[in-house]
Amino acid sequence: MPEPKVKKPWTRDAVLRQVGTQAMLLAVLAVVMFPVLWVLSLALDPRNISKPLELTLIPPGASFEAFRKVLFDPFTNLCTVPNDLDSCMTFSDLLINSLLVALTTSVLAVVVGASAAYAFSRFRFWGRQIGMIGFIALIMMPATGVLAPLFVLMNTIRIGGEPLRKTLLGLAIAYTATALPFAIWNLKGYFDTVPIDLEQAALVDGASPMRVYTRIVLPLSTPALAVTVLFSFMAGWTEFILAWLFLDDPSRFTLAMALRGMQGQFTTPWSEFAAMSVLMSIPILLLFFGLQRWIVSGLTVGSVKG
Amino acid sequence: MATISFEDVGKIYPGGTRALESVNMEIADGEFVVLVGPSGCGKSTLLRMIAGLEEISEGTISIGDRVVNDVAPKDRDIAMVFQNYALYPHMTVYDNMAFGLKLRKFSKDDIDSRVKDAARVLEITDYLDRKPKALSGGQRQRVAMGRAIVREPSAFLMDEPLSNLDAKLRVQMRSELGLLHARLGTTTVYVTHDQVEAMTMGDRVAVMRNGIMQQVASPAELYSDPVNLFVAGFIGSPSMNFIGGEFLTVDGKPHLRYGEQDLELLRTPEGEYTGEIVLGVRPEAFRVPEPGEEVHPNRMMRGKADLVEQLGSDAFVHFELPVKPVITPDIRELLEDEGADPSTLGDTTKMVARVDPVLAPKAGEDFEFAVDVEKVHFFEPQTGDVIKLKEIASA
Repeated sequence: MPEPKVKKPWTRDAVLRQVGTQAMLLAVLAVVMFPVLWVLSLALDPRNISKPLELTLIPPGASFEAFRKVLFDPFTNLCTVPNDLDSCMTFSDLLINSLLVALTTSVLAVVVGASAAYAFSRFRFWGRQIGMIGFIALIMMPATGVLAPLFVLMNTIRIGGEPLRKTLLGLAIAYTATALPFAIWNLKGYFDTVPIDLEQAALVDGASPMRVYTRIVLPLSTPALAVTVLFSFMAGWTEFILAWLFLDDPSRFTLAMALRGMQGQFTTPWSEFAAMSVLMSIPILLLFFGLQRWIVSGLTVGSVKG
Repeated sequence: MATISFEDVGKIYPGGTRALESVNMEIADGEFVVLVGPSGCGKSTLLRMIAGLEEISEGTISIGDRVVNDVAPKDRDIAMVFQNYALYPHMTVYDNMAFGLKLRKFSKDDIDSRVKDAARVLEITDYLDRKPKALSGGQRQRVAMGRAIVREPSAFLMDEPLSNLDAKLRVQMRSELGLLHARLGTTTVYVTHDQVEAMTMGDRVAVMRNGIMQQVASPAELYSDPVNLFVAGFIGSPSMNFIGGEFLTVDGKPHLRYGEQDLELLRTPEGEYTGEIVLGVRPEAFRVPEPGEEVHPNRMMRGKADLVEQLGSDAFVHFELPVKPVITPDIRELLEDEGADPSTLGDTTKMVARVDPVLAPKAGEDFEFAVDVEKVHFFEPQTGDVIKLKEIASA
């Protein structure tokens, strides 16, 4: 029987240690929360100040006007026909493009990444180790380093007479290429922990290797798959450098590009910029909360002895 | 149900390590065969080769009339119970058991009745909706069994299925597995490291060592007629006592001389045999003479009890003989398998006698045990092979 826990009396040292720890945590919290609060405050500020230097949590005359403008007014700098408001992109147009790119990126990263990671985890083949080291090298390489080769590659491949570079699919493929090294390392590490006995039990039970992969390995790896989905979705959702370089047609622009486009040479509508930032973070938050239980849990508990 | 046969089966791992050599065996339909041996002897490899989880490097394995060397595991119609159960953690007990049936496209009603029948037999009906992590070790073991029996395969393969259970549960499950086999009559190949499990469960037991099948026989035959020193030492608990000595003939009678003492024998090796020999004496070949009983002095063993373990039904008397311990390659391997270091044995031979608990000496007391010389075994020290004995005309 476990011994009942005895509550230790508070000594002076223990109190000081607690106070010190809490103070440090509060300081870290302040640093983390400051930009978030600042952006929230700015989004509610109706003055649209050009150089935001102050922090007032609820600014004077706080309103949701900036949110309304972002959500419903056309983006006049993103029009396919100059000076034609009807041809300008709206928030919903941009949202659809962003979702298409981010979802395609995360689906491709998971499907391709998991297959590759499974092979690296389970099969012994020539170049296996070099391959894994190569992925590390890719992770370490600055993203801008691969811009030029990706551009050339995507410009060369044509789909329907158009360079792949100019399409949302091309952009998603390029994002997948940058997301894959991390996805493969992350998933390979997780697959290594799935007991091989489970796969062999399924083989003897009558499953084909493909079924073992889809019915046993993948369901058991949901935590790693969830992390891959989240990270690759975020990569596709927030990236704009590659997108600016690849896409010409404003009708294919994404939210991140529009946000970047708000920053003018002389003025920036800071309230709208902040409002758009807040709105853009909502899908990521929703995705995170949706995936949270898998990210946190470890499913393999109880499968084997122990 | 099916027979399983091995013909010159060998296994060489990439890199050249040989795990199995020339295994030949026939397992009859409905037979329960136990593969036993120390760690690394190749018993699990052989089982996994039947299952199709390891490639067969040499020879052929047949299940029924079909050679299965190139048949995928799923098409071999066998079920396997793993040492760590290998239950699918993301599925309920029901789904774990139904998984193989679903893959084989059984109807929903058929799956349901088979799973529920198996659950009833194994007394796990109450846990069908639970996930494996919510079960105890014994319950998980039953589910693993259930997953195997619902498929009604032609053979069961079991890889040390009881080794993760505590001692009491292991004994209970052992008898339950025996009953289950009697009821289903399915050909079963069972791998274990535990010779007690092997002896109590198997119709026949195959003792393996370094990838070579040493002897395949019924438990009784293995115990009474081991073919070599390794089998003799591995089977039996407490294990057989080995004494190094010299075989000689005194007054026309065969004798074993160990240290200063002589043991007169009733049987003599076939052919001419003189010189060094290893004598094997099972602990129960010793007996405390009844008060007043006359025993020939050359059929006695004298010593001082170091430790006496009282089990109620028997007493184990541990003692030492003033003879250098005999270390042959077989004995070295047996000692290492038990975790003992052969280099630290000292200059005496450690012995165990299993005697009547009432008549047993107390620790520290001197004793004289009668030795049932009918039951002793002789081994050739270098090869470890048993030396066949013949009755002498007049003892």
